[in-house]
Amino acid sequence: MKVRAQIGMVLNLDKCIGCHTCSVTCKNVWTSRDGVEYAWFNNVETKPGIGYPKDWENQKRWNGGWERTKSGKLQPKQGAKWRILANIFANPDLPEIDDFYEPFDFDYDHLKSAPEMEAFPTARPRSKISGERMEKIEWGPNWEEILGGEFEKRSKDYNFEGVQKEIYGEYENTFMMYLPRLCEHCLNPACAASCPSGAIYKREEDGIVLIDQEKCRGWRMCVSGCPYKKIYYNWESGKSEKCTFCYPRIESGMPTVCSETCVGRIRYLGVMLYDADKISEAASVAGETDLYDAQLGIFLDPNDPEVIEAARAEGVPEAWIDSARNSPVWKMAMEWKIAFPLHPEYRTLPMVWYIPPLSPIKNAAEAGKIGIDRDMPNVADLRIPVRYLANMLTAGDEAPVVTGLERMLAMRAYMRAKTVDGVIDTEIAERAGLTALEIEDMHKIMSIANYEDRFVVPTTHREQVEDAYDLRGGCGFTDTNGCSTGSGGGKLFGSRKFVTPTEAM
Amino acid sequence: MHQFLYGTLPYIALTVLLLGSIARFERDPYTWKSSSSQLLRRKQLVWGSILFHVGVLVIFAGHLFGLLLPVEFYDALGVPHSWKQGLAAIGGGVAGVMALIGGLMLATRRLMDPRVAATSSFADTMIILILIVQLCLGLATVPLSLAHMDGHAMVNLMNWANGIFTFDGAAASYIAETNIIFKLHILLGLFIFILFPFTRLVHMLSAPVRYLWRPGYQIVRSRKDKV
Repeated sequence: MKVRAQIGMVLNLDKCIGCHTCSVTCKNVWTSRDGVEYAWFNNVETKPGIGYPKDWENQKRWNGGWERTKSGKLQPKQGAKWRILANIFANPDLPEIDDFYEPFDFDYDHLKSAPEMEAFPTARPRSKISGERMEKIEWGPNWEEILGGEFEKRSKDYNFEGVQKEIYGEYENTFMMYLPRLCEHCLNPACAASCPSGAIYKREEDGIVLIDQEKCRGWRMCVSGCPYKKIYYNWESGKSEKCTFCYPRIESGMPTVCSETCVGRIRYLGVMLYDADKISEAASVAGETDLYDAQLGIFLDPNDPEVIEAARAEGVPEAWIDSARNSPVWKMAMEWKIAFPLHPEYRTLPMVWYIPPLSPIKNAAEAGKIGIDRDMPNVADLRIPVRYLANMLTAGDEAPVVTGLERMLAMRAYMRAKTVDGVIDTEIAERAGLTALEIEDMHKIMSIANYEDRFVVPTTHREQVEDAYDLRGGCGFTDTNGCSTGSGGGKLFGSRKFVTPTEAM
Repeated sequence: MHQFLYGTLPYIALTVLLLGSIARFERDPYTWKSSSSQLLRRKQLVWGSILFHVGVLVIFAGHLFGLLLPVEFYDALGVPHSWKQGLAAIGGGVAGVMALIGGLMLATRRLMDPRVAATSSFADTMIILILIVQLCLGLATVPLSLAHMDGHAMVNLMNWANGIFTFDGAAASYIAETNIIFKLHILLGLFIFILFPFTRLVHMLSAPVRYLWRPGYQIVRSRKDKV
């Protein structure tokens, strides 16, 4: 047993209102720079839809993630190492920027500088890359916002696999949900595996996956390796960039920017202890529907004295073990089993999990005919097909998603009975496989969602791993020559230097 | 002048290449990259880049073994000079044509495509044009070479290259009588060496072959190692 700790995230899709605050605050902090205007480390998609970049979930097209070979070994789906190197001159699986969108700005100046004209002046779009006029904007990070566009195109959504999708194009049967997406900080990251330079690494102490900007050579294999398409090639700097999980904030015990600013309070951060020795075994189980269970098998119970002992032996700080015991992620993923990994079939063992959304009951006009089992509607009568959610969260296995949804319905029924009727109906809880106490806890964490219940983030114990004497007078979180005095201001080696946010201001 | 261009300049060029690359790697690793523009435009890159890179790699290997291994090595193997020259002319010619076609595709793309043109630095555009000129000069030596299959001119060039790397003061004199096309090819080559550290060419030093025998796939960094 090799105990490691990771800060994981859960997003409660049942509460996501699709306001994009997470995306906007993330962009303001991390990607409001040349070369990554098109990059959204966090974006919110409306499902069903093909998403951003186009069709990202379809690995038959993009070859992201892992595949299990006949011998039972894992290799990146884009190919083994020699294959990846052979593609280095031209990567056949790399999306073009139009698959994301060509970044643009509007000619705002024209509004005030236009001469007197018959028609009112307009601000037309202009490419941020070439500076040329763009006649039409074709795609974006939330292009299908609230079911924008024809169903015909949106129905190419990979999650419709095995669903009779035609009827969902009809107005009466349509459904939608939001899916905020960010880097999954996987236990078995395919991006790191695909990087020929070895620039992408996972941090042992908190599991955050980062790209070493000085080591990245821009071979762009990570972009195609990541099945979630959450690595972005900065066309200005020639380096790949990705969500950093706001590591400077996490290190000081603060939630990520997207989590902190979420107005719906849907995001949760917490420590998960896991057994690093089990990763490759779990990621390479034969059946795709077994991957969800296999991943659950990696996590270690923070209340188990043996685990605590082993964690201490591995040098996991005491505060982290404590936090693991209070981790909302542990409760949602392991105890209540209402949170699920996004596309476990990619075999990356993602660490950003999702609570599937409840949805209105179908055929509301015929409400009398719905199968209601004592205050609780049947999950099969919810508007969003269970199979659709299962394709997204459990590789198509419906049973765990049904249980998860039932437990959320049970929580509502129980709390309604308690607060409206003044009755403690433990039977509701028991039918969903929970105790009344668990339901009350679920309600506290998921519905009340106090700040300290959502974010249980221990600080990094830097004093244990770094010599403060060496760090004195340093320049904090910066890059390369950001605060060195050894180089002049010129551009001896061609490209622009990295500019820290403070320098830019 | 001949002594300076072919006896001294090679050392200046190699020194700039070496020290410049070390300085850039040390001082500004953030700028060390391949500068791929595939994301911006796939069109013309796939064929252009593959033809160009494969061609250039073959040519590079040819020059490395053909010029730097001493004449005695080939004599000991019993390879007649005319054979070696024939191989160099034909192999180099084919690879040169591949690289030239690829290079022209890449250059037109770089100049004509609005996205790629707008994001190219002066060095990006110049270096591909210089490489195309160099490929043309190299290809122009092929008919010269085929006209004199005795291997004499080739041995002179080998002696010169060997002489430079063995600090032979008379190296330049070995190619005093060589055709002007060869001389221009060498001169432009030395110029490219000088430009090397200041352009995207540095990415060839980071060819990630280590990846093939990197243990496993995953990389985990621990802070504990630092203490």
